[in-house]
Amino acid sequence: MTVTGFVLISLIKIVVAMFVLLTSVAYLTWFERKLVGHIQNRWGPSRVGPFGLLQPLADGLKFIFKEDITPPYVHKTLYLLAPLIALVLALTPIAVIPFSPPVTIAGLQTPLQITDVNIGLLVILGLTSVGVYGVALAGWSSNSKYSLLGGLRASAQMISYEVALGLSLIGVLILSQSLSLQDIVYSQSGLWHGWLPNWNLFTGFQFVGFLVYLCAAFAETNRIPFDLPEAETELVAGYHTEYSSMKFAMFFMAEYANMFTVACLASILFLGGWNGPIFGFPEYSWQAGLLHVFWFGLRIFCFLFLYVWIRGTLPRFRYDQLMAFCWKVLLPLSIANILVTAFVVALRS
Amino acid sequence: MLHYILFFSFGALAVAGAVNLLIQKHPISSALSLIVVMGSLSVEYLLLGAEFVAAIQVIVYAGAVMVLFVFVIMLLNAGVEEHEGRGSRMAWTFGFPAMLGLGILLAWLLARRDPANVPVPVGAMYGSAKLIARQLFQPYLLPFEITSVLVLIAIMGAVVLARREE
Repeated sequence: MTVTGFVLISLIKIVVAMFVLLTSVAYLTWFERKLVGHIQNRWGPSRVGPFGLLQPLADGLKFIFKEDITPPYVHKTLYLLAPLIALVLALTPIAVIPFSPPVTIAGLQTPLQITDVNIGLLVILGLTSVGVYGVALAGWSSNSKYSLLGGLRASAQMISYEVALGLSLIGVLILSQSLSLQDIVYSQSGLWHGWLPNWNLFTGFQFVGFLVYLCAAFAETNRIPFDLPEAETELVAGYHTEYSSMKFAMFFMAEYANMFTVACLASILFLGGWNGPIFGFPEYSWQAGLLHVFWFGLRIFCFLFLYVWIRGTLPRFRYDQLMAFCWKVLLPLSIANILVTAFVVALRS
Repeated sequence: MLHYILFFSFGALAVAGAVNLLIQKHPISSALSLIVVMGSLSVEYLLLGAEFVAAIQVIVYAGAVMVLFVFVIMLLNAGVEEHEGRGSRMAWTFGFPAMLGLGILLAWLLARRDPANVPVPVGAMYGSAKLIARQLFQPYLLPFEITSVLVLIAIMGAVVLARREE
């Protein structure tokens, strides 16, 4: 493939991925409001368009036309920088997420992934690590008690649960021997004894790792039951109290984009990524590629459903319960998971 | 050609961040400059081919150590430093140029004497996770384990120092 061909293909992939991600983030808000509404025995958005499907559009217009207030007592540079950091670092992980194996389009064979870095998993971990700054700087620069406390609590929570998150992934890494996300998905292909899919959750026995990952990821994305830093009844609105209009919308979008990334990562690491039956179509055809994307999308949808379901069902943790849960329960569990997985792999080989 | 551009621009960015850290009066601005330095160093590691170290530099240094720095600055509400005066005229006219000259002379002498100082091509220090793990767990196992005990002692020391007297 020539250099210009490569650049052109990459640009097309970036545009498509961004479009898909931003639309998913917008309709994730619709999905959440609809589902939480039904759990609470009421209709969600149902007025704006059929089934309320134009609600995200209405919300977007609202945010654009709302008055954008910058309070005079804030630290201006950091106040403007914080939502940018949060949003940019939430949208970037889509660059390393594989949606399908190589697909032949117009004679060129390319995987449906913007780039397959051989440290893909570490790239995502690094991006979420640096994403803590968005929250911390927002809380501090807003120059208000509630924001500062909310920002500090949120960043302490995020860095604590990052440790458990990282450790829970090591079991998967021991099994798949590679940090590249495409390789991790490839290692989960095939069926075991003809019927059980070879996913890390089943034949890899990573259920403890999976549960630790889910809890840690819920806390990383500041979602219920770990959303104390931004709960309305607790600290007004935590670190985004002083933000209005588009800047608040950026924090909002960053949270949903983080949810999407977590769902993608959980599907790739524990549930086999894009693996699924391709019904006899040839390996690298576009029909097989579409089917792979469909299977991946199905898993992502299940995780997002789980996210919203838990939001509508569980009460939130108190802050000391939250931190104790991370350091006293999740951390020992994830270390035990690593030990057992390493033992079994070492004994087997 | 491109590797020269990348090396020098990110090196300049790292030096600019470090100098800015010293110049800035507010601790938060200094901390953010230090984050810029960490990021530039990570790119330099990447140019050497040490991909794992570059990622770990971002995750650990820029994403954990510096977060805790920023945390402490925010928690203690450290304010703007007071202006200490502009420094003596002697220091500005003789001190800084002399130090700069001495530094350049020293660097040139040392570079001339050591025959192992050859330019390193891009990607020469390739280190995947597997290679680094092999080094850490086989030849360098003892230093690795002793370092982890050292970090544990540091954590315990911090807990003891910050404990409330009961």
